[in-house]
Amino acid sequence: MVIAVAMDSREGDPLPWIDAAKPTYPTLIDREHRLADLYGIVNVPQAVWIDETGRIVRPAEPAGAYEGFRQMNRATRELPEEVAQRTARAKTLYLDAIRDWARNGERSAYAFTPEQARAHLPAVTEDAATAQALFRLAQYLMRHGEPAEAERRIGEASRLHPDSWCIWRQGAGVTELGLAAQPDFWQRVDALGAKRYYAPVDMPGMP
Amino acid sequence: MVTLLTETGEHEVTGTEPSTGALWVSASDALRATGWEAKPEGLCRGPICVPLPVGRERELVEGGRINLAALWRHLGQPAVRSERGHAWVLGESARDRKAALASLEAPDFALPDPSGRMHRLSDYRGKKVFLVTWASW
Repeated sequence: MVIAVAMDSREGDPLPWIDAAKPTYPTLIDREHRLADLYGIVNVPQAVWIDETGRIVRPAEPAGAYEGFRQMNRATRELPEEVAQRTARAKTLYLDAIRDWARNGERSAYAFTPEQARAHLPAVTEDAATAQALFRLAQYLMRHGEPAEAERRIGEASRLHPDSWCIWRQGAGVTELGLAAQPDFWQRVDALGAKRYYAPVDMPGMP
Repeated sequence: MVTLLTETGEHEVTGTEPSTGALWVSASDALRATGWEAKPEGLCRGPICVPLPVGRERELVEGGRINLAALWRHLGQPAVRSERGHAWVLGESARDRKAALASLEAPDFALPDPSGRMHRLSDYRGKKVFLVTWASW
């Protein structure tokens, strides 16, 4: 089954999307980014595969997302044809892998062995743990009418845990400047250089 | 009144001094909010006991109260406070998070759906779960 979790701190924001999707599965809202803290999630869409016994089969990884958007023409928002195809392939491949695992369980070629799963665990640093605590504090402050301090604390969290796009993009939203697809988003993406925006996914054929 | 945000939720506690970096709370508040209590062998949570650092005992425990901020620092866990000191987050250490993940037992959580109903991951034990994050941003 699917459990979809919106990493949205303002509860109202994901509701129009959830309504439109008419989901047949639970859609949860994670204002304080609890999943980021527990599973080392740093961006969306990231997914974790969990088997019937509650064991992690694939730790947090980008779920069918690909870097293609970085080659977008920022004026027309168009992708070169070859990049668009690669982006579509990443998504199809990942969806097929999930279906294969749903059918075949641990016999699926896409299910990690426990050793492989451990080798693919995300890095969790002391700074990241502090950043998640600061993020939670910021959400408490937002709910209790202290947006100025909340914004400062999210900034602090983002500096401590720069790999987290979840923290940064939520911080960008706090100022009510609209979605975080503005020039400062592109600047931050460009600053990655050769580093990936979506961590590589260890799956045969995945771009 | 100070709000503590811990692994188990939000707890109101009294008797702290918000102006300092310390977080002195009564033994009963400490136990209720964090599960930690003072015993002859040191500070304990359930079966786990941590001896008090020699010569610095009174930084952590004094007059029936526990300094949770000092305890958290002693344990290498993040403790962050609001500027006014009216709210604290007492988090888990990276070491504990890593150990939990390395066990491969998926950490349980409880989150609300849009109607406010809480769902726990463990409610769905017995099924394969594709746990996927997204966002409106």
